[in-house]
Amino acid sequence: MTTTTTTEVIASSSGSWRAVRAFFRNPAAVLATAFLVFVTIVALTAPLIYPEDPLSMVARPFLWPGQNPKFLLGSDSLGRDVAAGLVWGSRISLVIGIAAMALGVTIGIVVGATAGYFGGRIDDALVRLVEIFQTTPSFLMLVVLVAIAEPRVESITVGIALVTWPTIARLVRAEFRSLREKDFVTAARGLGYGHLRIIFIEILPNALPPIIVTSSVIVASAILMESALSFMGLGDPNRISWGSMIGASRETLRTAWYLTAIPGIAIVLTVLALNMIGDALNDALNPRLSGER
Amino acid sequence: MLENRRLLRVLRRTVVQAVPTILGIIVLNFLLLKLAPGDAADVMAGEFGAATEETMVMLRQRFGLDVPVLQQLLAYLGNLAQFSLGQSPRYGMPVSELIGQRLPSTLMLMGMALAIALGIGIALGTAMALTAGRWPDRVLSVVSLIFYSVPGFWIGLMLIVLFSVKLGWLPSGGQETIGAGLTGIDYVLDRLKHMILPATSLALFYVAIYGRLTRAAVLEVASQDYVRTAAAKGLPPLAVTLRHIVRNALLPVTTLAGIHLGGILGGAVVVETVYSWPGLGRLAFESVMRRDFNVLLGVLLLSSFLVIIANTLVDLLHAWLDPRVEVR
Repeated sequence: MTTTTTTEVIASSSGSWRAVRAFFRNPAAVLATAFLVFVTIVALTAPLIYPEDPLSMVARPFLWPGQNPKFLLGSDSLGRDVAAGLVWGSRISLVIGIAAMALGVTIGIVVGATAGYFGGRIDDALVRLVEIFQTTPSFLMLVVLVAIAEPRVESITVGIALVTWPTIARLVRAEFRSLREKDFVTAARGLGYGHLRIIFIEILPNALPPIIVTSSVIVASAILMESALSFMGLGDPNRISWGSMIGASRETLRTAWYLTAIPGIAIVLTVLALNMIGDALNDALNPRLSGER
Repeated sequence: MLENRRLLRVLRRTVVQAVPTILGIIVLNFLLLKLAPGDAADVMAGEFGAATEETMVMLRQRFGLDVPVLQQLLAYLGNLAQFSLGQSPRYGMPVSELIGQRLPSTLMLMGMALAIALGIGIALGTAMALTAGRWPDRVLSVVSLIFYSVPGFWIGLMLIVLFSVKLGWLPSGGQETIGAGLTGIDYVLDRLKHMILPATSLALFYVAIYGRLTRAAVLEVASQDYVRTAAAKGLPPLAVTLRHIVRNALLPVTTLAGIHLGGILGGAVVVETVYSWPGLGRLAFESVMRRDFNVLLGVLLLSSFLVIIANTLVDLLHAWLDPRVEVR
């Protein structure tokens, strides 16, 4: 068994190298990754780039982009620097996107793995639970959750995780159902491994590729959901976010539409990059399917 | 005869499965809302300025908020058993009436959005598949990925800037010209004009989804033997594409359209806000803010119902279109 495990490990690690190479041969993926690295660096260094509070009034109101070289992207109705808002807003988008994905994927894996691995009554009950969540329109549910728990970064993150885990759970359940009949799982059972070990060490690594692909798309949709919440006034009131910048600029849409356009472009580019990475990961991890997509 | 029996079996299975789901949704939503700090009495008291302790007690008593949660739940279920969604403390009218006023606008908006998404999405996907690997496919793939990444509320605002502020072609909000007193065809046209922008904003995301789905489905069908046969017996390429490929590729697309109904309804909350569209999403949002939980429960329940009905219809449609679909 030791020898088979070793060969398996070697096979899988050379497989993942092949996937990494395939990923970086894709120009779109490289471009998207570079953009996300850039956004991450901007988010991390926001206090260095704009040390002042992005919610403070620093300029004459309604400066158009390019009108004053000190405020490259202009200023809003209260004289706040749009560029500073953009830089600080990237922190909220990334933090909530990644944290909500991590939490949602964890819940989804635990529920999906339990349902798919054990089957029977447990499976029936969990599938029912997933169905309840998927039958309620998720954004409506999110609005209710966040409004009830008071809008804060933590509650928004948990809310988004609560409406996204069913997707992962379904996926993981399907993977586990097909994998649990495989020979290597029977062998692991024969060796007397415990359920936890079989689930997390034997089966889960084999189920990872589709989970990874879906995770990057989930970060993208979490960022979209956060921006929609903030736009509707359900964002964290103490933090500036791209969505709240758009929400605040609605009143002046007719005269100062750049205030709506600029944060929106930031959202689109970030989400687009994440979706491009999702596509490229899918092509890299499922080489057989790449021609069909 | 056999055909009908099969469809009936599909229908029965779906209904039997739906009952516990709906019960679960009601109980879960109810308990969730009861967990919330603050109730309708608090919000109303807050709006009146101050309220004495006695007024609060009276308000709660009137709304039935002064009894234990379990008892409230049983009372709610009892109401539901009599097809009543209860009263809205806020508007002082039955919840069903409130929802009834808003439902048609939202259904129309969703229907139009779905029609746009399916129409454009299928055309886009077919175009991508027919030129697979060449430049039109690449360009359209990027376009659909952008559609997939754009927040609906933002594109809504940008469409307003372009089409109502700059060009002045379309209205920027509402569902009809108020006080215009239009009748007949003018009225219909006016309503349509108000619907174009919100429906497009709502549809864009799904255009991308259906485009990609159609592309994959068309590519798969195009490699089937019967397509080669059709081409070999000398049918013109257009006929092969439309009658043999696209028609068969539509199956997976229609199946998903029902599943997306819930998502479209969620998106409607945001789009209705952008376009001040007097619909169900707006009602839900207002009732969350006002802690008007009877209305909110009603909207949540109704939207789950809509999703379940759509799924059932899709199951039936699927079973009717594809005789291979059997009861599992």
